[in-house]
Amino acid sequence: MQIPVVRNILEANDRIAEELRKRFAVQHILVLNLISSPGSGKTSTLERTLTDLKDEFKMAVIEGDLTTDNDARRVAATGAQAVQINTDGACHLDSGMVLDALASINTDGLDILFVENVGNLVCPAEFTVGEDHKVALLSVAEGDDKPEKYPLLFAEAAVMLLNKVDLLPYVDFDLDKATRHARALNKDIAVFPMSCRTKEGLPAWYDWLRAAVAAKKAKMRPVTD
Amino acid sequence: MSIAQSLVGIVQQEMAKHGVTRLVSVLVRHGALAAVVPHALEFAWQAVTQDTPLAGARLDMEEVPVRLRCSSCGKEFSPEECDRLMLIPCPSCGEDLGHEVLEGKELYIENLEAE
Ligand SMILES: Nc1nc2c(ncn2[C@@H]2O[C@H](COP(=O)(O)OP(=O)(O)OP(=O)(O)O)[C@@H](O)[C@H]2O)c(=O)[nH]1
Ligand SMILES: [Mg+2]
Ligand SMILES: [Zn+2]
Repeated sequence: MQIPVVRNILEANDRIAEELRKRFAVQHILVLNLISSPGSGKTSTLERTLTDLKDEFKMAVIEGDLTTDNDARRVAATGAQAVQINTDGACHLDSGMVLDALASINTDGLDILFVENVGNLVCPAEFTVGEDHKVALLSVAEGDDKPEKYPLLFAEAAVMLLNKVDLLPYVDFDLDKATRHARALNKDIAVFPMSCRTKEGLPAWYDWLRAAVAAKKAKMRPVTD
Repeated sequence: MSIAQSLVGIVQQEMAKHGVTRLVSVLVRHGALAAVVPHALEFAWQAVTQDTPLAGARLDMEEVPVRLRCSSCGKEFSPEECDRLMLIPCPSCGEDLGHEVLEGKELYIENLEAE
């Protein structure tokens, strides 16, 4: 016999993500899910951000990695709290893993929780982990056709960081084309060309973070006047 | 939990609910933008079901075409060439940026065939 089902396959993941979202809302914590191909510069961007905004915000990082804890150690060297999740071969983080990792993070007074996903443009885009925003990172070394090839991520991300612009003279990468393609399905995506090496472009990303933290805190303030 | 494991979990729940024990096939519908590669899911499905009562059941996949709402004039349309999903001009006004995705992101189990 035929049994009609019509159930979202990711419903279990989405349910835990929703619980996380409620918890982060109560605690006023901005949660960002960083997604890119391997080696685009997620950890480098975090190292810069955690160092440069150290005096402004209390920040922590959950690092997803297939097997090593290299990234967690790099990030911890900035002084921020860092927790490693080894996904044991899974190519993405899921909300259950983030829930587990939270047990070892002190979230008191935390302003921003960064989640560095496993390097992969496909699966992480489908598994929400309770984040406020996805941040897609793309390096100019990997081709300006990525937004066209992986539309779901770029359609859902609030921000696209175009990293390694110091390499622009050596590669064929059309910033306009990448931006235009990302905007095709996502009119509001904020695009920041930047370089972790030269630090150019980072201030605009930091301003976006400041505004996002402020928005998160404002959202939760009881409406009294 | 992988997509294939989530799929197995739901299938088992639905089979128990309906008192059936032998699965013939499952129909999964996935949006053209949802990047589940059918082949990869098929492979993972076989891996997670082998040596279980679900082994041998067929996994059917059906793609849900992308459906957009024009960001400028509001017209709803489906882009014809699904291999190039970006920069799709609206058939009515030509706008090619910022369309809202109405369909094409979903990933769900439509039904099961079981005894
Ligand atoms: N030239 C240049 N190199 C960079 C820049 N940012 C990062 N890199 C280099 O790119 C390599 C990868 O950087 P990571 O920050 O480890 O990249 P990731 O995205 O965290 O990589 P995975 O975690 O393995 O997916 C390192 O060798 C960095 O030094 C940049 O702006 N310019
Ligand atoms: Mg890294
Ligand atoms: Zn139009």
